[in-house]
Amino acid sequence: MSELVAAEDVLLFVNAAVTATGQREFRSTAAAQHFSLRFVHEYVRVNYRPVYAAALALDINHHNAALIVEQLLRTPHEAGGPEEKRAEGRLIAARLALLPPQRVYRLFRALRAAGVNNRRTRAIVRAWLAARPDPALDAVKYRPGLKAALRHVHGRPADAETGDFLFAPGRRVRYGNATLDAYRRAHHEQGALYELPFTVAEGFAARHKVPREVFLERIAPRMTRLEQLRTERAADLTVMPLTRLALYVLSLPFGERVERRAELTHALRAAARRAAGSYAGSWGRVAAVLDDSFSSSGSAVKRRRPLAVALGCHFLLEALAAPGAYTALWTSGDSDPLLVRPHGPTPLGMRILDALETGPDRVVIVSDGWDNAPPGLAGEVLRVWRTRLDAERRTSVVHLNPVYDAEGFDVRRLAPSVPTAGIRDAEDLAALVEIAQFAEGRTGFAELGAYLDRRVELFLTEAGG
Amino acid sequence: MTRIDLTGLDVRPAQVWGGVRIVPLVRDEPMAGLRLRRELYEGSGLATVDLGDRTTYTSYVPHGFVADWTGAEAGAEKGAESAAYGTLLGGEGAPPCVPVRRLHRLAKRRQGERRLRFLPLHLALDGYLALHFGGPSVVWDDWSRKALGQGLSPRAEAAYAGWAVPGLTEALRIFELHPGQCGMLLYVADALAAAFVVPHPDDYRVLHPTLVEDLYGELVHHYAYFGGPVPEFTARIRDGVGGIRTLADLRAAARQKERAWAEAHDGLMARDLLETSYAFDRVYRMGGFDLYRFLPPFLRDGREQHIGELITDHKGRAAYLKTFRLSDKQIRKGHLLQRLADHDWHLGETAEALGTSYAEIVRRIEAAGLGGLLDTHVVARRLREKEEG
Repeated sequence: MSELVAAEDVLLFVNAAVTATGQREFRSTAAAQHFSLRFVHEYVRVNYRPVYAAALALDINHHNAALIVEQLLRTPHEAGGPEEKRAEGRLIAARLALLPPQRVYRLFRALRAAGVNNRRTRAIVRAWLAARPDPALDAVKYRPGLKAALRHVHGRPADAETGDFLFAPGRRVRYGNATLDAYRRAHHEQGALYELPFTVAEGFAARHKVPREVFLERIAPRMTRLEQLRTERAADLTVMPLTRLALYVLSLPFGERVERRAELTHALRAAARRAAGSYAGSWGRVAAVLDDSFSSSGSAVKRRRPLAVALGCHFLLEALAAPGAYTALWTSGDSDPLLVRPHGPTPLGMRILDALETGPDRVVIVSDGWDNAPPGLAGEVLRVWRTRLDAERRTSVVHLNPVYDAEGFDVRRLAPSVPTAGIRDAEDLAALVEIAQFAEGRTGFAELGAYLDRRVELFLTEAGG
Repeated sequence: MTRIDLTGLDVRPAQVWGGVRIVPLVRDEPMAGLRLRRELYEGSGLATVDLGDRTTYTSYVPHGFVADWTGAEAGAEKGAESAAYGTLLGGEGAPPCVPVRRLHRLAKRRQGERRLRFLPLHLALDGYLALHFGGPSVVWDDWSRKALGQGLSPRAEAAYAGWAVPGLTEALRIFELHPGQCGMLLYVADALAAAFVVPHPDDYRVLHPTLVEDLYGELVHHYAYFGGPVPEFTARIRDGVGGIRTLADLRAAARQKERAWAEAHDGLMARDLLETSYAFDRVYRMGGFDLYRFLPPFLRDGREQHIGELITDHKGRAAYLKTFRLSDKQIRKGHLLQRLADHDWHLGETAEALGTSYAEIVRRIEAAGLGGLLDTHVVARRLREKEEG
């Protein structure tokens, strides 16, 4: 029994770590989300420390990854012994290498604020800094973060010039390093702007009163993909990740979506095929119930995120299903995926019935779990289907939920008989469906532990290789 | 006409947030010939209403409603004129905020326009506050000299703005509108707090956010404040032996659940609103539509009592409805005023009819906040005479 409880706790934590970002959601405030997430982290850290560290190897979001690293480093005495500490250290190092640098610098600053400065922390920070590919670029782009990190761990700058740039900016008249020198020149010379990273150049451009259009035109080659999307430059859509792309499509007005239908559809399909990888076409007959109710509009800080996840899943499932064997059912009853908008109630029960009627091998439900027309019907339909109509489990049903429910410390479930997994990026769908199998309550902690060990091993070999 | 007729409006499953339950009302087809829109008052400020007889009163008015209607023989072509929402507005080039400071009358037809402006619930409240305040037909000793000399003292009732009702703002924000939704019934701690119906779904979409600015009774506020979360009526499908064998059976069972909810709701939760007979008072006639205010019977039988206003079409179906729930105290006051009016404000006779004493009826009038209407000297003399006699 306790094994089952442990397995449930772990799955609950994984769901939280995948979906929650401590930001405002449609139905709960940022404070509630934050508080709830903090509790879940502490609970799992204290009770299942090895599992807590192993979560770093899963597809959890950056916010939670940084939080886990911070918590692990803050509480070294809770680790079982030197063996366990070493394992934690390897996981942390591998995860930090994957995190975006601005997040890592923020994490280091949090560690500094908390006064965490043990030997392991210093070693980890130094190792991460040493592995940065272009220290001069970091010095320019993340100057305060880098300074704080170096000061905190008593680290040495990568080279003498970067050291002077950071800590003694008046010492040198010019720098040998092109980036550092460009930064120096950008104070006086407009042309030097365009040798700097976009975010840094933006400030100088404002100071030199460079017209925005001219600036964007010339800085374009220095922009990252996301920066290009944000400034609405013609980014190469075919290389964008699926969920980002879905968010971008949903941000466009309807007219533009119709006009660029071919281009957008092609880009979404390409991203979905990439995400599907070797699984493409292997899932047989698939029916999807996708939530485009009003609540999928998310919140001001996560605008249309749940809807974008549903849209991403739509294209991914299309790629995963056997050719021509995919049915999509939006809760609003609309059928054009490119023109979805968040509106109307959530009659999940009826849509699930429609999905089951197509005789699928798999049913995938993407919804925030608030079934309200009528409430609870989805759960009842799924329960009766499982117990009376499909006791042999010919059809597998999975519920993916993009929204963390702060009150329940988990994502909302539809029915106990249907596994639910949190989802943040549509790309992770296949891996999450795998995890969701554990949530049916038939497997114990041992199997889950074995699965986690496998993932950790894979994660570490990928990071090492 | 004594009942509210909600024919044409279907009930959909409720959505619950904390102690607030919102039941959507849906029309298959929008009602032809009448549109409502919102009129904003600049600075959501104080407005002075001119009642026409050199009296004015000042009140807080966040918004008013404007009714556009087409002729009585509202055919499809005629209805189309106003069905394109907003075109009438755009044609005039009206700004989104209309700086209105002085409003003439509660329901006011503007010159040369086929539109009627009225302030939500003010008709209803006006009707309630002025309840039987035409004064008694015979002036008895008890009737205060002050009232005759200086007019009636102003009457006031407490009400709460929507945002002051705990949880209501959040519930209205996250509520998911149904396609075709033309109204809703609002329950707080499962007591019917307000009903709101408009003729067209687009109107509802626009007016839904105004619900948080409207006024709600004392009772609603207290229930929201002290009541806990209400349960969701989650669906239960009975799947006993031999019940459900195929997917079609399951679908039928699910459909049946939806119907069961609607029936249970109308018979159980909204019964008092739909089955009580009200006293209707026509305020305005516009084309084929009538604007009414209505008052409840003020019976003290534990039923909920609503005042409100209603626009009906020529068949008597509700095109617009807005209600305000009275608290027990307000019902008692209305009851007392009605009994007094029945007996031409003769305190002795009223006391007899109510089966109580003169002293008791005086106490009740004072408790209801109407003590200022009585002449204290006359009352004191009567009471002394009674004691001596």
